[in-house]
Amino acid sequence: MNKEMVCVACPIGCSLVVELDKAGTILSVAGNQCKRGNEYAITECTAPTRTLTTTAKVLGGITPLVPVRSAKPLPKGLLIESVKLINALKIKAPIKIGDVLIANVLDSGVDIIASNSCPKM
Amino acid sequence: MLNYDLVVVGGGPAGMAAALKAKECGVNSIIILERAETLGGILEQCIHTGFGLHYFNEELSGPEYAYRFIDLVEQNEIEVKTDTMVLGISADNVVTATNNQEGIISIAAKAIVLAMGCRERPRGSLNIAGTRAAGIMTAGTAQKYVNIDGYLPGKKVVILGSGDIGLIMARRMTLEGAEVKMVLELMPYSGGLTRNIVQCLEDYNIPLKLSCTVIDIHGRERLEGVTIAKVDRNRRPIKGTEEYVACDTLLLSVGLIPENELSAAMGIEIDPVTGGPIVGENRETTHKGVFACGNVLHVHDLVDYVTIESQIAGEGAANYILALEEEAIYVTTKGIDGVRYVVPQRININSDKDVKLYFRVGQTYKNAKIFLENNEEIILSRRRPKLAPGEMEDITIKSEVLRELPVNSELIVRVEV
Ligand SMILES: Cc1cc2nc3c(=O)[nH]c(=O)nc-3n(C[C@H](O)[C@H](O)[C@H](O)COP(=O)(O)OP(=O)(O)OC[C@H]3O[C@@H](n4cnc5c(N)ncnc54)[C@H](O)[C@@H]3O)c2cc1C
Ligand code: SF4
Repeated sequence: MNKEMVCVACPIGCSLVVELDKAGTILSVAGNQCKRGNEYAITECTAPTRTLTTTAKVLGGITPLVPVRSAKPLPKGLLIESVKLINALKIKAPIKIGDVLIANVLDSGVDIIASNSCPKM
Repeated sequence: MLNYDLVVVGGGPAGMAAALKAKECGVNSIIILERAETLGGILEQCIHTGFGLHYFNEELSGPEYAYRFIDLVEQNEIEVKTDTMVLGISADNVVTATNNQEGIISIAAKAIVLAMGCRERPRGSLNIAGTRAAGIMTAGTAQKYVNIDGYLPGKKVVILGSGDIGLIMARRMTLEGAEVKMVLELMPYSGGLTRNIVQCLEDYNIPLKLSCTVIDIHGRERLEGVTIAKVDRNRRPIKGTEEYVACDTLLLSVGLIPENELSAAMGIEIDPVTGGPIVGENRETTHKGVFACGNVLHVHDLVDYVTIESQIAGEGAANYILALEEEAIYVTTKGIDGVRYVVPQRININSDKDVKLYFRVGQTYKNAKIFLENNEEIILSRRRPKLAPGEMEDITIKSEVLRELPVNSELIVRVEV
């Protein structure tokens, strides 16, 4: 069986064709321009993940919010729960780009980090 | 009057990359003028990831990508004036700008890089009937409300236009708890990147309705709903397909327009298709010593390409300032048979460099072939598994080949299936 999908690992968006056998085991991946496409096809067929990006509230900073993201892609099923945890945060300025805001969110092994700096007011 | 070798107008990724490259090429007197409070341009509000995969080999968010360049601008001690708006540029390259501290300032420049970016097409250019209710805004405005100011502009959302900003905002508002009912696209294909359709719409079960548009707007003070309809091949609404959709917010993501008021006012020739200046391979406009790069030149979907293009402009400006420019003998470029435009629009055949031609197609193609031709002779051809209007393509012409082209001839880019 062939499954068609679009690689979302980068904005080029290669069209991939994944060949699967009856048990769902991947036999081949075609259409990718780089090896990340291969990895993408494998995780997308087994355990799909996405990088989460959102914002968190800041106390005493020059801006009311700081953008945050998952340091690595999270399992798709954990995205909404993670946003709820992030929305409950109130982080004191100053914040530096890359600061860990939630370590190992929902036991996923992935940290939530600040994706910009926010100096004190 | 202040004096600088190079004045860069706009401190987004384009302006910063051009300034850094000019510095690296040996220009020391450089200033960047930026009307916002900080450098970074539109990237500051693009908190999603997808930036830098080609340039840095890493997937960064917008602010992270900008931060790398802001850091380099500081390290290289390039002068910056923020909160400073450029009002005009004279024919002899004097830049007039204004800010709160200094009032009106004049800066004489040997060379200028235009890097003002683009803005979103507003409602006025759309011609939708109906009331002027609150709750109708561009997707980029909503992006600023949600990501910078921290407030959700609505709860029930319809998005008109499937440009990338609209798609990104569909996901963003869903994550913040709004109900995004649908994305409508007038054309039979999406204007955004496929990856955004997958991870912003399909992941959240948001329907994308192609060949559909908004024909009426309801609500007095606040938007209450819209009437949508299918359109025929000539983009006219089809009778009997009207449907009412209740919503309190309508986001418009119907395209970007390069910000070229300054360029046009100084007499620079504008390409009617790109909306940006006509440039040579070094990104010099038709006005000597004035260069353009980034979204002000043509709308880019990937910031990585903005950076690369801006480095070309920065080097071009440096060569001009240091009097290293080759004597110019031009050939022009042109897109036909499905190729909407080609940048650069002209190439100096003496430039001694391989030149990448960037272009966009007007519809989607599968298994297409791209041809580069001169005087009805094929110079080269490349196969592409797919081409889409939302994705910029490129093809490279070697300097050896360029040098042999007849003066004033035309380089044609076309697609064939
Ligand atoms: C919502 C959105 C999502 C995107 N997603 C992606 C993505 O996932 N991946 C990716 O690679 N790219 C993405 N892009 C594209 C990328 O962000 C842009 O191509 C890039 O930012 C363009 O850079 P620029 O410097 O040309 O313009 P801008 O970033 O717009 O910078 C122009 C600057 O010029 C300043 N300016 C304008 N006029 C004046 C004046 N008169 N005086 C002084 N200053 C002035 C402006 O204030 C601004 O700071 C996205 C863009 C948007 C809008
Ligand atoms: S296969 Fe590689 S180049 Fe193609 S979309 Fe995926 S990451 Fe990008």
